[in-house]
Amino acid sequence: MPVERAIITHAHGDHARSGHGHVLATPETIGLMKLRYGEDSAMHWQELPYGQSVDVNGVTVSLHPAGHILGSAQVLLESKDRRIVVSGDYKRFSDGTCPAFTPLKCDIFVTEATFGLPVFQHPDPHGEIRKLLTSMKNFPEQSHMVAVYALGKAQRVISLIRQEGYNDPIYLHGAMVNMCDFYQRNGVDLGELRKATGLPKGALKGCLVLAPPSTLKEPWSRRMTDPVLGMASGWMTVKQRARQYGIELPLVISDHADWNELCQTIRETEAGEIWVTHGREDALVHWCETQGLKAAPLHLQGREDEEEA
Amino acid sequence: MKHFAAFLEAILLTPSRNQKIAHMVRYFRDAPDPDRGYALAVLTGNLSIANVKAALLKDIVLQKVDPVLFGMSYDYVGDLAETIGLIWPDHDRKDLPTLSGLILELEAADKNRLPGIIAGHLSSATPTERWAIIKLATGNLRVGVSERLAKTALAEFGGKTLDEIEKIWHGLECPYTDLFQWLEGRGPAPEIHHHRTFHPLMLSHPVDEQKDFGNLNPSEFQAEWKWDGIRVQLVLGEGEKAMFSRTGDNIGHTFPDLMESLSGSAVLDGELLVGPDFTPLSFNALQQRLNRKTVTRKMQNEYPPFVRLYDILFDGAEDVRGLPLVERRARLESWIARNPQTKLDLSQIIPYESWEQLRGIRLQGAEEQGHEGVMLKHKDSPYVPGRPKGLWFKWKRDPRLIDAILMYAQRGHGKRSSFYSDYTFGVWKGNEIVPVGKAYFGFTDEELLQIDKWVRHHTISRFGPVREVSKELVFEVAFDSANASSRHRSGVALRFPRIHRIRWDKPAQEADRLETLNSFIE
Repeated sequence: MPVERAIITHAHGDHARSGHGHVLATPETIGLMKLRYGEDSAMHWQELPYGQSVDVNGVTVSLHPAGHILGSAQVLLESKDRRIVVSGDYKRFSDGTCPAFTPLKCDIFVTEATFGLPVFQHPDPHGEIRKLLTSMKNFPEQSHMVAVYALGKAQRVISLIRQEGYNDPIYLHGAMVNMCDFYQRNGVDLGELRKATGLPKGALKGCLVLAPPSTLKEPWSRRMTDPVLGMASGWMTVKQRARQYGIELPLVISDHADWNELCQTIRETEAGEIWVTHGREDALVHWCETQGLKAAPLHLQGREDEEEA
Repeated sequence: MKHFAAFLEAILLTPSRNQKIAHMVRYFRDAPDPDRGYALAVLTGNLSIANVKAALLKDIVLQKVDPVLFGMSYDYVGDLAETIGLIWPDHDRKDLPTLSGLILELEAADKNRLPGIIAGHLSSATPTERWAIIKLATGNLRVGVSERLAKTALAEFGGKTLDEIEKIWHGLECPYTDLFQWLEGRGPAPEIHHHRTFHPLMLSHPVDEQKDFGNLNPSEFQAEWKWDGIRVQLVLGEGEKAMFSRTGDNIGHTFPDLMESLSGSAVLDGELLVGPDFTPLSFNALQQRLNRKTVTRKMQNEYPPFVRLYDILFDGAEDVRGLPLVERRARLESWIARNPQTKLDLSQIIPYESWEQLRGIRLQGAEEQGHEGVMLKHKDSPYVPGRPKGLWFKWKRDPRLIDAILMYAQRGHGKRSSFYSDYTFGVWKGNEIVPVGKAYFGFTDEELLQIDKWVRHHTISRFGPVREVSKELVFEVAFDSANASSRHRSGVALRFPRIHRIRWDKPAQEADRLETLNSFIE
């Protein structure tokens, strides 16, 4: 829904749209939006680096790291008597591809709740990457194709893989090449990346290929014979779900706060009032109430896309 | 326990049958005795802990987790073992017992102490290990492994044939140490009694009218009706009674009324049917009684089962499989005379002189009695497991054909998971098209590529993995029979439908109408 003035927390499709009049966001988010939607997808761009503030109609606005993807920010709105923080999507686990989440004290905290159920307790992502590397060692004759969202997850997974000492080229679906270039230009080292297209049949044997989840079941994936299918997502926590997707190698790697991180963050903000949005509001609202906090669900439009979790 | 949990997870997540087998073979190779034996028992559904039930597990978890949050989580995850595995809030670093150690501990534990023991182990486990502990304790695995598949893996592990495993399987006991010793070449084949075992069935080939009838002498063959039920093997004797399906699964518990009535000692081959006074009802009626956990009295009265016998493998303890068919038939008739039964009868032999005459009988039987066709068995044939050439033939009636319109397409599984290979088709009812069936074979790989492409270009809406397509493509669908069905919107259910031809040339307007299909209902 295009509006006159928008503050954009990060560049994912369900948070950043084209067609707004005036966009305020971090320089990285604006860079990514221009890359995805074009230079003229907003009338005016206003870059606001982390920690700096501007005055908008008497309200002081500043952006602070959310730890979700490159450029992702929490929005702090300050007036004389009140501090409100809108978290956007966030995670607490420190990540090599963007600055870590900064906890902010406030009166009202608007939090996401993508993984707002206590069954979501994300494991150490390094352990998940080691599962992938072990599988590649055990099945050297097969390609490994891992479904990852093109922006954020792809780069984080690549970065984690490099941290685990895998230095071979990683093959990419065309949709994620631009995003990876952007990350590399912004100082995130992803090692050698190659396009997975235009190769002779069988060339991807023993290789690692990353592609968006939607391509898993599309003709695109036929270029590999009998690949081991993986997916890196918080949704992979639930085995039956992985099975429904036909995923043999679920990697529980999420760019969102898990249940414990959501609860921890709410406590750290010391906010007395919590608005819960983007996900499973009911459970988190219930938990807030058991903690004596005022809480309400905030229903927003257009939040169905589970791919980027 | 760690090893077993990782193994169970791998099996669950592997869609490919061969990969599942490979995982099992690897596990049987790497896991020690008696762990692998217990794992085998768990996999084949032969083990669960009597005192561990879903209600007990819920009680244990609700001591630690807010019931509202647990309820929301269970609704979301949908599987109790997995919900508890994920939501369990306590974590310590104690060691878990081995698989066999855990099972023995749970089996021996006093009922009052069970919750404490289980909670302790859940706290020491990872989410996947917790899931595995609960799965094995409740015996409700659902990881996509049948008993048959586990046996296939055993055969591969030991370099044996599946028949060799089948021959002894039902005489074995957990933890199967003697079995594994034999499979590893460290011991003799386990000794078991034939009265507890499934004996692999003898199967037939479809007859090729042009090629075969020139070479076959009608006087050398015995003809019987091909009954439209399911093939079963009855194993009776020494206090044991079992009924196996053609894949070797014991299905006796679904038919307590039938099993109670049986007596005597033999291994018999026949067709399971339902109907009053040995008059078979349709296959649809039989289906009402298959795969049920509980069988109501009403079911038993409405669909009384019986078995129509056509062969005998063991007469008492004597293995008669080597005898020619005519002699086995005499043995079967004499066995029935010596052991009167209320729910067994004999498959009648159809008298005939020539193939032409039999063709007429077959057509008449199909039209008047709804028979599926006739079986032709060489009178000298011994009972040979598998599908030996030239001994038994099935001469099915010709399939029914209709022209139907492709309505929905769904992606297949495994190798076909990137192809739209499962098709729902319909016929005209007035001015609308109603779905009448689904088919996913009958076309070549080349045709699959063409249909897949067509589907992608003619999609009008999507529902998850299903695409609705514009109603333009006509399939000639072949099927064996049509039955009235209240479960289908069209009121008709097709038996064994397959794509016979793709009618790229035919406009949808000219496809068949529901009235045509109704005229096939038997």
